[in-house]
Amino acid sequence: MPPDTHKPRRPLLSSNSLWRMKSYLRPYATRLVFIWLAAIVGIGAGLALPLISEQVIDGPVAHGDSAGLLPLGLLAVGVGVVEALLIFFRRWAQVKPVLGLETRIRDDLYEHLQRLPMGFHGDWQSGQLLSRATTDLSTIRRFLGFGMLFLVMNILQLITVTVLLLNKYWPLGLLVLASSVPIVWTSLRFEKRYIKISRQVQDEQGDLATLVEESALGIRTIKAFGRRHHVYDRYDDAALKVYGSSMSKVRLSAKFFSFLEIIPNITLALVLLLGALAVGSGALTLGALVAFTTLMLQLVWPIASLGYILAMGQEAMTSADRLMEVMDTVPAIEGGTQTIERPRGHLRFEGVGFRFADADEPVLRDVWLEVKPGETVAVVGATGAGKTTLTALVPRLLDPTSGRVTIDGQDVRDLKLTTLRQVVATAFEEPTLFSMSVRENLMLGRRDATEEELAAAIQTAQAMFVYDLPWGLDTRIGEQGLSLSGGQRQRLALARAVLSRPRILVLDDTLSALDVETEALVEEALRHVLREATGIVVAHRASTVLLADKVALLRDGTITHVGQHQELLAQVPEYRELLAQDADFDGASEGALR
Amino acid sequence: MTTTTTPPPPNASGTASWRGVASEDQDELPEKVSVLLRARSRRLLGNLLRPYRKKITLLVGIIVVSNAAGLSIPFLVSIGIDSGIPPIRQGSGPSVLLTVVGVILAAAVTQAITRQAFLRLSGRIGQSILLELRRRVFDHFQRLSLSFHEQYTSGRVISRLTSDIEAIAELLQSGFDALVKAVLTMVGTAVLLLVLDVHLGLVALVPLPLLLLFTKWFRRQSAIVYRRTRETVALVIVHFVESMTGIRAVQAFRREPRNQEIFQQLNDDYRGANARSMQLGATFMTGIKLIGNMTIGGVLLYGGWLALHGEVKVGVLAAFLLYLRQFYEPMQEVSQFYNTLQSAGAALEKLSGVLEEEPSVPEPREPAALPPGGARGKVRFEGVRFAYVEEMPILPRLDLTIPAGQSVALVGATGAGKTTLAKLISRFYDPTEGRVLLDGVDLRTLDEPTLRQAVVMVTQENFLFSGTVADNIRFGSPDATDRQVREAAKAIGAHEFIAGLPDGYDTEVGKRGGRMSAGQRQLVAFARAFLADPAVLILDEATSSLDVPSERLVQRALRTILADRTALIIAHRLSTVEIADRVLVMERGEVVEDGPPARLIAASGRFAGLHQAWLDSLS
Repeated sequence: MPPDTHKPRRPLLSSNSLWRMKSYLRPYATRLVFIWLAAIVGIGAGLALPLISEQVIDGPVAHGDSAGLLPLGLLAVGVGVVEALLIFFRRWAQVKPVLGLETRIRDDLYEHLQRLPMGFHGDWQSGQLLSRATTDLSTIRRFLGFGMLFLVMNILQLITVTVLLLNKYWPLGLLVLASSVPIVWTSLRFEKRYIKISRQVQDEQGDLATLVEESALGIRTIKAFGRRHHVYDRYDDAALKVYGSSMSKVRLSAKFFSFLEIIPNITLALVLLLGALAVGSGALTLGALVAFTTLMLQLVWPIASLGYILAMGQEAMTSADRLMEVMDTVPAIEGGTQTIERPRGHLRFEGVGFRFADADEPVLRDVWLEVKPGETVAVVGATGAGKTTLTALVPRLLDPTSGRVTIDGQDVRDLKLTTLRQVVATAFEEPTLFSMSVRENLMLGRRDATEEELAAAIQTAQAMFVYDLPWGLDTRIGEQGLSLSGGQRQRLALARAVLSRPRILVLDDTLSALDVETEALVEEALRHVLREATGIVVAHRASTVLLADKVALLRDGTITHVGQHQELLAQVPEYRELLAQDADFDGASEGALR
Repeated sequence: MTTTTTPPPPNASGTASWRGVASEDQDELPEKVSVLLRARSRRLLGNLLRPYRKKITLLVGIIVVSNAAGLSIPFLVSIGIDSGIPPIRQGSGPSVLLTVVGVILAAAVTQAITRQAFLRLSGRIGQSILLELRRRVFDHFQRLSLSFHEQYTSGRVISRLTSDIEAIAELLQSGFDALVKAVLTMVGTAVLLLVLDVHLGLVALVPLPLLLLFTKWFRRQSAIVYRRTRETVALVIVHFVESMTGIRAVQAFRREPRNQEIFQQLNDDYRGANARSMQLGATFMTGIKLIGNMTIGGVLLYGGWLALHGEVKVGVLAAFLLYLRQFYEPMQEVSQFYNTLQSAGAALEKLSGVLEEEPSVPEPREPAALPPGGARGKVRFEGVRFAYVEEMPILPRLDLTIPAGQSVALVGATGAGKTTLAKLISRFYDPTEGRVLLDGVDLRTLDEPTLRQAVVMVTQENFLFSGTVADNIRFGSPDATDRQVREAAKAIGAHEFIAGLPDGYDTEVGKRGGRMSAGQRQLVAFARAFLADPAVLILDEATSSLDVPSERLVQRALRTILADRTALIIAHRLSTVEIADRVLVMERGEVVEDGPPARLIAASGRFAGLHQAWLDSLS
């Protein structure tokens, strides 16, 4: 579990979380009643078959009554058909509520997660969230959909059969009842241990997967240093661990399953012994003995699966807890109510400070900065000075811990999130591309953009390469599609930001991965865009700084100087330190090499 | 394998046009999955099983005994009823009955023991094979050349080694045992029924062809449904994970409503696929149950009639009823198991494909040795030609000698062949023609440890492994002491920031507090390379992600590092180039200018022009 400050501090009551899921089943109440009825009647039909066999043996067969045989035989066939049909209707009817429950919860979870702020997502890896949306949900679905039903059905069946057997011939009934005790006890114990060892195997497989991932992503580094054997040894250790635990699992189940088979067989032998003796002494009919043996075998599965189902219930409770832990997290950043009719893009940082919840030192302290409408400010600072944090405060990806950020005089926290994020657009240094078409990726912030606007944004970002992709703007990119170079990705992120036509444009070192010729072209185009919008540009290179009207120097979490590039270069040694040597060889090479 | 070579028209996917078009994933299950594997999969399987031949023979023996014991029990019950009860009724004591019960108990114990032995032994064999497969595939991936990995992509490597192996594990764990048991039980039961009573047996087996047809239908349907489920769930997962990892962009661009719309659609598709799967299951289960129940009814009717006329004993009828129960139940298991078998087959197919790939940069059969005393670092290109595509050589023909200890800067526009040159020296690729020599020895004749000891390349995308910062530096030389690790970090100028991390050198990389900037990560990578202490060091754009102060820091360190070794530096910042002894200006795969920086500046060539432009920009 990640260290986390967003989780509610409340004691988790297991059955409680699971119980809260019941509201998702409410729309299917009538259907559920039908399912339960079908299940109960089905049990009756299943039990009827051996009883009819008994009648056949003791009645027509024993008395040579061939006329009585046919009705009983047909009854057996009829009951068999009814049992099968009931199973069919029950299973068919189950589909809707079971899947409806799962789908609705998943939708709700997704919606909730989208509302949770960056702080939450920084603490939770997407894999942890995914396992809640898939594995945990399936566990809950299985239990609420099948497990609970089987649990009740099995207990019902167990009771009915035992009563039936006791009624028929109580010594044998007692024997069968007694034989169920070791089975239930062992399966409960087995399930507990089995779950534990399965978890262990899963965890170890997870560790193994991490090593696999690293070996694939770091292949260049491994090859460059020739550390194949080193990496293999690490992997082999982990693989051996998985092997060891898997073997314990195998041994455990081998023991359990052979035990599960020997008990009913021994019981069967004893039933035969006592039953035959009873038949001999006339206490039991022949037909009843045959019915006894079949009924007894019918009990094996319900008894054995009790442990399994109870364990499933336990798991479902854990899963429900894990799910509710996320669902109960209250979004720390909620939008306000204000809107801005005609945003001018007047941005002010007023004594802004920011500290991560688990850090001692603040990242930002007492930052004052004003960016007038249409003006562009470059933020320059050493690595770790807090530049990215500063820019994240504007669209409220983070909220300041002191002071305030205002747009046109309004605190950003008072604005509706949709309004705010319409006014502000950011192009990030590490651009996020989704596994979707180029078009969908670009129109992330503005779905109503026209083809012309799209083309213009692509032009501005010098991203014309998209037209050369196999399917043009319809080509899928991202993880599941065509892979693009770092520079291409940055240009798309830039086009995306430009396309959303923001009043305030934030460029978080967006040009770092561009080769120098492209950078020059992009900068030229950006100059036009920035003339119309308010801009904040995080910059590492002098060339980028020149896009701005003025420069703010960020040092140790606060702004120490604001001024013109040349001015700062001449007067502030720290500034010179940061940018002076920044001359691009390839950039200068343009003219020289041609 | 199906590969689309011609692009389908855009928006072919109709409602899902947001996804865009991509060439079909080559890893998808082949359209028609046959249980009979292809030759290469069979070869791999045979190869994996060979060491266990004797154990498998033993296994077969055990399972036959186990099943015979299990199957004999209902039969013995029928004998107990038919032959044990009459003597008691006649007052001659229960000795026959006791014998039969004794035999049943013996059979039950035998079955339990053999069953346990079977489960253990088959589990052991399965897990050993799995371990061997994991080792083999992992090792093979590591052996395959960079050119393979660049094409194959890391995502596919990962899924080969995780989900595909797991599909096979799933088969071994849950399916295999059930399959063997089910098949043996069915065959054994059928035979026994016929032996017990031919007529009644035949009646009991009448529905068998129907059952087989029904199963065949189910298998075909289930393959389709299964495929659909897998496809839909994959889309749900991808969309979910991408939304969460890209949440910053999602929120910054108010993407939430559109995302929700897409997610609900995908989630609903998944629900639909699941519903079909469940309905199919319901139909199948019902069918089996129906056939089973009707057979029991029929046997009861016909058997009762036979018993009535004394043609069959009551005990036999009881045995029939017991056997029929276990005859139909395994059928359900086998069919559910079909999906597992199918995906394991597909996984094996993909894995065997990977294992058949040959490294394009093979290890030499008889490795040559470097001159005594280790590598000195003299690099020579002799008539080297290199091309990915034959008609478009990256390097048409290159002859070049770099004396030991020289620092060479490579300068030129994107695509001039600088990186290719670097990759040839580090033998990530082999030249199409000609040869690359280290201290007079062809790189192709050096074994991997020797080569990597001598030549190390540091690129822009440096990877940090999970573990501590110290572990990551030690990656350059696994036997290095803590002191040596610190020395390396100091030499490179990384000591200061590492000491400032929450746990210093023991800070876990990637966890909170261990989050490092691109520049800091690069410094760790430099320390790693420094610790490796190669005779030839290649820096491919290694400083471009650093900010100016960090770069300055690295440059100071570079002078120390480069002092006594051969170095090849590719950089687009002139400041890095300045520390070189020699500059090579490249253009379209050829060296167009060559000489010490000072001399080139004094001349009036390309480099002089570049240098002047740089000086101008500084003012």
